Amino acid sequence: MSDAEDVAESVFGSSVERREDVPLLKGEATYTDDIDLPEMTHLAIRRSDHAHARIVDVDTSDAEAMDDVVAVFTGQDVEDSGIPNAIPTAWDLPNLVQPKYRILALEKVRHEGDGVAAVVAESRHAARDAVDRIDVEYEELDHVTEPRDAVERDVPEVHEEATDNVGFDFELGDADAVDEAFADADHTASVDLRLPRIIPNAMEPRAAVADWDATTEEMRIWMTSQNPHLHRMLMAAATLGIPENKLQVIAPEVGGGFGSKIYHYPDEAVTGWASMQVERPVKWQATRSESYQTDCHGRDHDTTAEIAVDDDGTVRGLRVETYAGLGAHLSQFGSATPSYLYTTVLSGQYQIPAIHARVVGAFTNTTPVDAYRGAGRAEGIYVIERAMDVAARELDVDPVGLRKHNLVPSEDFPYESAAALVYDSGEYEHGMDTALDHVDYEALRERQAELREEGRYIGIGVASFVESAGLSPSEAAGNLGSQAGGWESAIVRFDSTGTVTLFVGTADQGQGHRTTYAQIAAEELGVSMDDIEVVEGDTDRIPQGMGTYGSRSASVGGGAVARGAREVREKARRIAAHQLEASVDDIEFSDGEFHVAGAPDRSMHIQGIAHQAYLGHDMPDDMDPGLEVTNFYDPENFTFPFGTHVAVVEVDPDTGEIDIQQYVGVDDCGEIINPMVVEGQVHGGIAQGIGAALFEGASYDEDGHLETRRMDEYAVPHSTQLPDFETDNTVTPSPHNPIGVKGVGESATIAGTPTLVAAVADALEPFDVDHLDIPITPETVWRATGGGE
Amino acid sequence: MREITLTVNGQRHELTVEPRTLLVTALREELDYRGANVGCETGRCGACTVRQDGDAIKSCTRFAVQADGATIETVEGLADDDELAPIQEQFQENHGLQCGYCTPGMLMTADTFLRDADDPSREEIRDAIEGNLCRCTGYHNIVDAIEATADQLGETE
Repeated sequence: MSDAEDVAESVFGSSVERREDVPLLKGEATYTDDIDLPEMTHLAIRRSDHAHARIVDVDTSDAEAMDDVVAVFTGQDVEDSGIPNAIPTAWDLPNLVQPKYRILALEKVRHEGDGVAAVVAESRHAARDAVDRIDVEYEELDHVTEPRDAVERDVPEVHEEATDNVGFDFELGDADAVDEAFADADHTASVDLRLPRIIPNAMEPRAAVADWDATTEEMRIWMTSQNPHLHRMLMAAATLGIPENKLQVIAPEVGGGFGSKIYHYPDEAVTGWASMQVERPVKWQATRSESYQTDCHGRDHDTTAEIAVDDDGTVRGLRVETYAGLGAHLSQFGSATPSYLYTTVLSGQYQIPAIHARVVGAFTNTTPVDAYRGAGRAEGIYVIERAMDVAARELDVDPVGLRKHNLVPSEDFPYESAAALVYDSGEYEHGMDTALDHVDYEALRERQAELREEGRYIGIGVASFVESAGLSPSEAAGNLGSQAGGWESAIVRFDSTGTVTLFVGTADQGQGHRTTYAQIAAEELGVSMDDIEVVEGDTDRIPQGMGTYGSRSASVGGGAVARGAREVREKARRIAAHQLEASVDDIEFSDGEFHVAGAPDRSMHIQGIAHQAYLGHDMPDDMDPGLEVTNFYDPENFTFPFGTHVAVVEVDPDTGEIDIQQYVGVDDCGEIINPMVVEGQVHGGIAQGIGAALFEGASYDEDGHLETRRMDEYAVPHSTQLPDFETDNTVTPSPHNPIGVKGVGESATIAGTPTLVAAVADALEPFDVDHLDIPITPETVWRATGGGE
Repeated sequence: MREITLTVNGQRHELTVEPRTLLVTALREELDYRGANVGCETGRCGACTVRQDGDAIKSCTRFAVQADGATIETVEGLADDDELAPIQEQFQENHGLQCGYCTPGMLMTADTFLRDADDPSREEIRDAIEGNLCRCTGYHNIVDAIEATADQLGETE
């Protein structure tokens, strides 16, 4: 890495305790709802009770007459104010239908939860009471909630401009080559896969506090954001029309995101707009039910996958067709997630010469769908891993053996897959063997056979994954339709007294950036972590940023920190050379100290140089004073974390119960900044992966109402439903990342679901079950094994 | 409106609340104890867990008026000024928190559980925190932290 590497105990790579923790543990951290401003009012939103209806009339008079109500606004009021009022997509596709997405509905509501009107009142109670007194007259329309139905059946159109509800019809790969492979191959197998909607369930529901200053025409908005700069840009350009240089967005402590806090939702814009109308601060805090109705859901895929394979186990081709629900509105990455983020990982860890995928994005009368932890990659890996297991059944071979036969060999990197990605580096078989060693795979198979003789059914599920992380480079993403950059920015600033401040454009929601970024800078600069502060989540303090999503912060944000620190170090080296009267080439750096080669007593510490740089009394002739760098790091490629997870379950066919006996996750996220933090990310990821496999899933009833509308109706896994996890890492650095990091935020969620499904299907092999759709509940198992027949 | 008295972390407060005001709302908004968080308002997530007269309770499931005269302990009362309580220290050491939103409630449930638990098994710990949801950690490290606290407390007894 750097020439600071000879520091005895490197802070980079060690399990430093998190500096975030103490205020969180003491209940002193400030989340958005903890912010109270003088004269603050409270906003509540009246939401559609219908899946699909024409708005005939909105009568606000009763609500307006209530005590403590400051104002009531309708969608028409917002429209009449002349603001841009159109939430845009962040990813264009050929022929993508982009219906106007207003911050309050006008004329029509398209899903239960669409905002129709808003109340501003003196208290939260008063606002919520008044919302119920708004009288909305609707003319109900037929609705559709299933993506395949939306396109194939004779159902109403959610948006007039989207014929047959098709938002896009996307293809990737070579259809002819796939047809040929299927014609030639010894075997083909297919599997239908329904991935239900996942509700992200960040523990903190979304919220916003807006404070408009009518005198200066400046707006400050605190909000639950994974990317305050993106929110600033979108509110400036697309919804509120406030100049970007008069709009400050702050993400204070944020209680989890998992994708759901990436997007620009109507609610924060309504809150901001309302503050402009009443000229007082306004707070909106979602209830959990509001979150369930309006936080973008994840997944919602209805897929048919076919795989072609030869007698010797060689995979020849993969053909995938997916109907992907977009929900009622196009959210920012609603088009990118089921198209590029999904289809480009369909090759998984395998050499598959021919791949073709078609994805139809369908509008439905449901909550918008967008990226949820694993976004697109989770769905894609699920497809290839289920297809590999089904192929193994077809050939009657061990699923691990089939996988190993097709792995991309280590010597083939960089590897260009038939799904249009170039994988940076990988040691796939090593990762797989490491995971299998943890469970003693061969012995486990023998035990499984013995137990089956006794009428007991254990299953061994193995799933491998590759994740495309840190979406980049900007130019390539732009060529594919992205309306955002793939870079991240960091300011690395030595303060005049020698402390360091890092201003980074990502935004933490529990990942521990303030610790890990400081570890990176401490390593690069040879400065104690105690002297390094990290600032995130405030557009007035950090000029630019892209935010935290897509497993990008450690690799792209961390990359920007490292590159910025190296530039700063090089400037300091030149100042040292000048003041020590030596040639720059003769200045060596270790542990924060610059010294002249061969003369260790002629030295200056980098923190002392910082002081000199701000004095500016004795600088090299061609150098400006100061010691800070702004670095925009635009990676040359994605990074590709990978790994293999193994689950051992015992299934009771009589009761349908699934007991997870062992869960092993082996992840390779490249270089590891903080093993404790990485392990935490993997644990949480596994939990969400298992949750989707066994428990979770949102559903709509026949009237288009969300059935899973509260936490007692949607199964967020609790402590007794999850096992202890065994985790391990292999380390294959990314060759193009400045610190060799690949990212780890989503890996285990991607792996967890196919691993569990494989385990249950494996347990039920004697019942001729080769696949079960998720969530696999006891009832699912009981029916699949002949219960009730 | 009703006048009630709450003793919170040793400090007596008199306040006036609407009969429908939840205990968590009174603590957070009337008395400014912001540690307990609101995650669901239906008693499911446990982020609002506090101790009332020695029992861990979900403060969104009862009205403030029902707690009239009660002794309440919140997460703010766990640490002794700058010195973290053993349960807090162990949550940090074992990385038992990420976003921190569930943490105040999780700590109060765990701390209350450990008052009576003697050398609890991991299964017993999992049972004890079943009513507190965490979406970040997968619970493994939370169980580690509680187990380590139990060990630590067992050694000092």
